[in-house]
Amino acid sequence: MSEEFKVEIVNPEKSFLSKENATEVVLPAFEGEMGILKDHISIISFLKPGIIKVYSKSEENKYFVEDGIVEFRDNNLSILTSSIYNVSDLDRNKIDQIVKEAEKESNEDNVDDQKRYLIDQKIEVLKSLQLS
Amino acid sequence: MASLDDLKKRISSVKSTQKITKAMKMVAAAKLRRAQENAEKGRPYSEKMNNIILNLSSGISDKENAPKLLTGTGEEKTHLCVVMTSDRGLCGGFNTNIIKKSKNFFQKILKNNKILKIITVGSKGYDQLKRSYKENIIEKISFKDSKNINYFDADKVGKIIINRFEKKEFDVCTIFYNQFKNVITQIPQEQQIIPLKSNQEKDNTSSNSSYEFEPEEDEILINLLPKNISTQIFKAMLENSASEQGSRMSAMDNATRNAGEMVDKLTIQYNRSRQAAITKELIEIISGAESL
Repeated sequence: MSEEFKVEIVNPEKSFLSKENATEVVLPAFEGEMGILKDHISIISFLKPGIIKVYSKSEENKYFVEDGIVEFRDNNLSILTSSIYNVSDLDRNKIDQIVKEAEKESNEDNVDDQKRYLIDQKIEVLKSLQLS
Repeated sequence: MASLDDLKKRISSVKSTQKITKAMKMVAAAKLRRAQENAEKGRPYSEKMNNIILNLSSGISDKENAPKLLTGTGEEKTHLCVVMTSDRGLCGGFNTNIIKKSKNFFQKILKNNKILKIITVGSKGYDQLKRSYKENIIEKISFKDSKNINYFDADKVGKIIINRFEKKEFDVCTIFYNQFKNVITQIPQEQQIIPLKSNQEKDNTSSNSSYEFEPEEDEILINLLPKNISTQIFKAMLENSASEQGSRMSAMDNATRNAGEMVDKLTIQYNRSRQAAITKELIEIISGAESL
């Protein structure tokens, strides 16, 4: 099939996801959302907190990430991240807990602007998850 | 000549030691399987990270302004060595091998009149190094309390190293750990992490010209390099734990076998002296009867 490419998501402990038949992946890149289709130009980018959406012919998966690096090359998409959750595994309590931790961190004094911005992003994304 | 009673006591004490070493071997074997799995699962991450950095660094245009973590401070005066060992003993040559390797390295540094600073990870390394290099050790870290190796711990070590680097406390950083090959073989490794040494430069240099970066390359590198250090340390910790268990397993296996041999030897000795005592008594009785 011509429109499919390979996605791999790895975190330090293990390989989180490996999929041969993705048709589109939407990433929360640092400078805005980015959709990747087959034969995208080779790219390296950063992730900010947000939702990764992986589409294939039959299904659609969503993952919440806090940070990460993406590399796309020769129709291989690698996502390296240290914290990733499958959205369907996140229930309300879990989200509440992460939000609380993030809010606490954001209220500390020694956070610089960029970090605060990232934390705020994270809270925003999580809250939007809670609503849906 | 030990009496019968003494021999009996020795045999039972060796036997109970054997029980302990056997149990330790079983535990190490079970842990080894898990540690090995973890080490294998962790490999793709560090490999991918390394690849990305290699692609990035070979594509970087002006070397002058490249981040210091990648190119170094331009000097090689102060060396920081991170020696990673285990927190527990009774694991054969595991710790000794790392220490031996690092001591060789230390001597080379000191001979060239460079400044040596040491960070030890794991308490056994500190115990062995404090005798000869006490004034060089600037920090000791131990994760005795955390049960499993996790990325969080590795990140802590990474942050300590980066902080010190930013304060210009050292120019070159090398880590020492045991790489797990198989249960019997663990290879002590030295790996330079600051400045980054690219040992596989030849691969894939052709396609990197077409990379697009978002944001700029420099910015990506600045963010990526600290992460890479934590990742490398995490990798080293995983390899180390698999090696530790493997090493302990074979050491305990040997100990069990030695104890078995010892029990056999002692039992023969015990039986012989028992027989001798019986013979002696018989002779006494017979010669007593004859003299009547």
